[in-house]
Amino acid sequence: MVLLDELSGTARSATKGRAAAREPGGRRPALLILPALIALAVFFLYPLAVVAWSAFTDPAPGLGNFTWFFGEPGNLRTLTRTFTTALWVTLISLVLSYPYAYAMTVAGPRVRGVLTMLVLLPFWTSLMVRTFAWVILLQDTGVINQILGAFGLGPFSLIRTQTGVIIGMVQLLMPFMVLPLYAVMSGIDQRLLPAARSLGARPATAFATVYMPLSLPGVSAGCLTVFISALGFYITPALLGSPTDAMISQQIFTQVNGLLKWGRGGAMGVVLLGLTLAMIALLAVSLRRAGRRVNG
Amino acid sequence: MSTSAPLRQAPETSMSTPRRRTPAVGTSRLGRGLLWGLCGIVGLWLIVPVLVVIPLSFTGKPSLKFPPDSWSTRWYANFFADTAWTSALWTSVEVALLVTVVATALGTAAALGLTRARVRGLGAAQGAMLAPMIVPGVVLAIGTYSVFLKLQLVGTLAGFVMAHTVLALPFVMIPVTASLRGFDRRLENAAASLGAGSWTTFRSVTLPLVAPGVASGALFAFVTSFDEVVVSLFIQSPYLQTLPVKMYASVTRETDPTIAAAATMIIVLTTTLVFTATFFVARRNRAQ
Amino acid sequence: MPSSTTPAPLSGAAPRGRGGNRLAGRGARIELIDLSKRYGDFAAVDEVSLVVEPGEFMTLLGPSGSGKTTTLNIVAGFVGPTSGSLKVDGAAIESTPAHKRDMGVVFQHYALFPHLTVAENIAYPLKRRGIPKARRAELIGTALDTVHLGEYGHRYPRELSGGQQQRVAVARAIVYSPRVLLMDEPLGALDKKLRDWLQLEIKRIHAQLGTTFVYVTHDQEEALVLSDRIAVFNHGRIEQVGPAGELYERPGTLFVAKFLGESTVLRGDTTRDGDGSAVGVCARTLRAPGHIEGPRAAIIVRPERLAVRPAGDRPEPGWNALPATVAGEIYLGSSRKLELTLPDGSPALVREQAGALSDVRKGDEVTLTWRVEDSVLLPDDPDVEAVFT
Repeated sequence: MVLLDELSGTARSATKGRAAAREPGGRRPALLILPALIALAVFFLYPLAVVAWSAFTDPAPGLGNFTWFFGEPGNLRTLTRTFTTALWVTLISLVLSYPYAYAMTVAGPRVRGVLTMLVLLPFWTSLMVRTFAWVILLQDTGVINQILGAFGLGPFSLIRTQTGVIIGMVQLLMPFMVLPLYAVMSGIDQRLLPAARSLGARPATAFATVYMPLSLPGVSAGCLTVFISALGFYITPALLGSPTDAMISQQIFTQVNGLLKWGRGGAMGVVLLGLTLAMIALLAVSLRRAGRRVNG
Repeated sequence: MSTSAPLRQAPETSMSTPRRRTPAVGTSRLGRGLLWGLCGIVGLWLIVPVLVVIPLSFTGKPSLKFPPDSWSTRWYANFFADTAWTSALWTSVEVALLVTVVATALGTAAALGLTRARVRGLGAAQGAMLAPMIVPGVVLAIGTYSVFLKLQLVGTLAGFVMAHTVLALPFVMIPVTASLRGFDRRLENAAASLGAGSWTTFRSVTLPLVAPGVASGALFAFVTSFDEVVVSLFIQSPYLQTLPVKMYASVTRETDPTIAAAATMIIVLTTTLVFTATFFVARRNRAQ
Repeated sequence: MPSSTTPAPLSGAAPRGRGGNRLAGRGARIELIDLSKRYGDFAAVDEVSLVVEPGEFMTLLGPSGSGKTTTLNIVAGFVGPTSGSLKVDGAAIESTPAHKRDMGVVFQHYALFPHLTVAENIAYPLKRRGIPKARRAELIGTALDTVHLGEYGHRYPRELSGGQQQRVAVARAIVYSPRVLLMDEPLGALDKKLRDWLQLEIKRIHAQLGTTFVYVTHDQEEALVLSDRIAVFNHGRIEQVGPAGELYERPGTLFVAKFLGESTVLRGDTTRDGDGSAVGVCARTLRAPGHIEGPRAAIIVRPERLAVRPAGDRPEPGWNALPATVAGEIYLGSSRKLELTLPDGSPALVREQAGALSDVRKGDEVTLTWRVEDSVLLPDDPDVEAVFT
C-alpha cells in the first residue's frame, strides 16, 4: 500500500542516506527529528496511552471492561458487522478498481489524464462533503430511487441501511484502492504479455499467470488501506447507517460521549486498534513471504 | 467508447512511461468495449457524488430535494449572514493555515533528520511518525479529548492546531522524504566547496530543489486539517467549531440547504488549490 | 607521451598568469602527512604521505577502490581523516570545514545546481564571499571566457551538453581564484574525443592560472597527458610518486609498471652478477642493471624497447635475447604491435614504429632482443596479476 511502501521505502533510504551522508556531524541531523517526535509524543502517543490506560483502570483496575465487551452479544455483533462491512467494501472496491487502474495504464495520455482526474478529485474532496452528498443521493426520494423508479423498480430504502453504508464507503475509499494499484501496474512491463503469448499462453491465461501475480503488491496495498480505513470509519456509517446497525467506531463514540463510560470506550478502542495492527502485521508478513518468492 | 482506440495509439508524451502498448485483455473488440464501458461507469460513480451538491446549493426551496425545481443564491447569502457558519469557516481556514506552517516545518525537519542522521532507532522514529495514518480516528479522538480536558485545550485554537498537526505529519513526511531521496547530495558537497555553510547550503541548494515535495506536503497538511472531522468533533466547543464539524451537526439536525452551499464552497476551494498546485509543479518540472 | 623527465614542478615553475588571465593567482603547497581513513577494519586510505608543490599538476592515479577519491575528499573536507594531518601552506586544516577551505572542486558528474543558470552557478561562490555585484559580473565574464563559454551565462545546465556542463563546473570552481583546484574524474562521463580535447583545455587553464591542481583519474593516458607528477594508488597506499616519464621508464613496483603503459613481464630466480643481476627465464640467463632483495624477480621491458630478429640470432654483448613465436599482430597506423609467445607460454609485446617494421608474420619463429639497460628489475609480486586479470 501507499503507506507500507513508504514505510519500508523511507527506512531503506534512511540507510542509504547514512552511507552517503556528509561526513562531519553524523549525529547532529537526528536533532531535527526531535520537534516532530515531541509533538507526536504529546498529541498522539500520550492520548493513545490514556485510552489504553482507561480501558484497564476505569472505573476499576482489571479486565472488567474487556469481560463486558466480549460478554455482551450486542458488542460481538457490532464487531462482526464492522468486520464484514469492511470486507465487503474492500472486495467491491477491488473488483471495480482493478479494471479501472488497468485501463489507466493502457490508456493514451489524454484519457489517462481524465481517468486520473476522476480519481483525484474525490480523493482531495472533503470526506464530510462527500458523505453529505451520499445522504442526498440515498434518500428515499433521492436520485438513485428516482432513477430506479424510472425503470419501475423500488423505491428501496437505502439510507439508514447497511447497503447504503457500503455503497457510500466504497465510493469514498475507492481512490485509496485505485492509486496503489495504478502505481504498481504502471511499473509492470507490458511486453511480458506478448512474451507469455509467444510461449503459448492464451490471452486470458497470460493475464492470469503473468500480469495478475505481478500486480499483487498493489492489490494487497490497496486492500489493506481500504480495509483498515473501513474498520475505523465513523462519519459515513454515522450519517448513512442505522443507529441499530452501528459499527464499532460509533459504539465507542456513544460510550464516551453519550454514556461517559471511558473505560468501556477505551476497551473497544483497544480492540479496534489491536485488530487494525493485526491486519497490518498479517499483510506485512505475507508480503515479505511473497517478496521472497519473487526476488529469490 | 469507440473513441478510445485511436486515442490509445496517440503518440507518447514525455509524461508517460516509455514501455507499454498492446494490452493483453481488451485485444478483442468485446473485451475492449467491456473495459472502457466499466471505466466510464466507475468514473461517473467516482465523480457524480462530488458534483451533486453543486446544483443543490442553488435550490430555491428550503429542502434538500434533488434535482431542485427552482433556483436562487439565497443559501449562499444565508451562509454569510449566519455567524455560526462564517466563524466555523474562518476557524477552519485559520487552523488549516497554522497546521500547514507547523506540520510542514516539523515534517520537513524530521524528514531531513531521518534521511541524514546516523543514529540507532531511526526505523522506530519513522514508524511512529507515520502511525497517525493508520490509527482509527475515533480511538485517537477519545484519547485526545481526555488529554485536552486535562490540558484545558478543548475548544481552543491551539488544541485544534496541535491535534491536526500530528495527523498531517505523515502526509508531509512522505512527499518530503521522497524528494530528499531523489536529491543529489553531491550538490551539497559542491556548495560546501564553493564556500557555503550548512544553513546556507540548505537554504540556497537543498530547499529550492526539494521544494516540490515540501509544497505537496504543505498542500496535504492544509487539506488534512481542513477536512478533519472525527477528532474535531470531540475537541470542539460551542464557541469554537470547524466547518466540517458544523456541517456534521447540520446534517444530523437540519435539512437546510445552507450546508450544500458550504459543501460547494469547500469543493471549489480544495479543487482550485489542488489544481493550481498541480499546475505549478507540472510547469516547474517541465521547466527543469 | 610528454617527456616530462625534469623534476616537478613544471608549469608551476613558470611565471604565473603569463596568459594574462585575471583569475590567475599563486598556488598553495599541500602536504598530506600519514593520512588514513578507516571504515571498521577496512582502510580506504592507508598512511598516505604526499607533498604537492605550489602550482603543480598532481594526478592521483589508480584503479577504482584504490583510495584516490577518498584522499581527494579528505583534502576537500568532505571526509574526515581517521588519523594523520593535512597542511595547506604549512597550516593544518584537518578540522577546517569544507566551506572554509577555499579550494575549488570539480566533480565527476559536474554537480551544477540545476535550479540556477550558468551565470548564477558561477556567481554562487562569489555571493558566499560577499563580492559586490559589478565585480561579480566581471569575474563571471572572465571565468566563462576562460572556458570558452562566453555566450552561455543565461542558460540552465540542462540546456548544455556534457562537455559544456563540465566546462561550467570548471569555471565555477576557478572564479574565486582558489589556491587549489581539486578534480575528481572530471572527464569520466564524456566520450573519448571530447575527453581528449578537454584534457588540453584543462592543461591550458592550469598553465594560465598557476593554481595547484590535484586531479583524480583511473585513466593512465589522461594522467600521462596532464600531469607534472603522478601518484599511483593501490589498496589505499601510494605505490610511487614521480613525473610521468620516470614512472614509465623506471617503475618502482610491478603494479606501477603494469598500471602505466604496456610491458612484457619476465619472471625468474635472480642472482647477483657484478653490477647487475642475472635472471633465469625460459632456461636462459637474462641480465638487468641493479639488484633486488629476495630470490624471485620480474624483468619489465616496454614494448618499444623490444625488437624481433630472425630466429637463432646470437645476442650481441649488452643485449638480452629470447626465442619466441609470433602469435598475432595488430596494425595501428603509426605503429604495429606484435604479440609473441615465449617458450614457457607467457606473452610478450613488441611495438614497431611505421617505417621500421620487420617482415615477420604470424607463426614465425623469431628471436626477441633488447638492451640490458632497458630491462627494469623489480621484485616479483604475485598479487599484482590478480588486479589485472
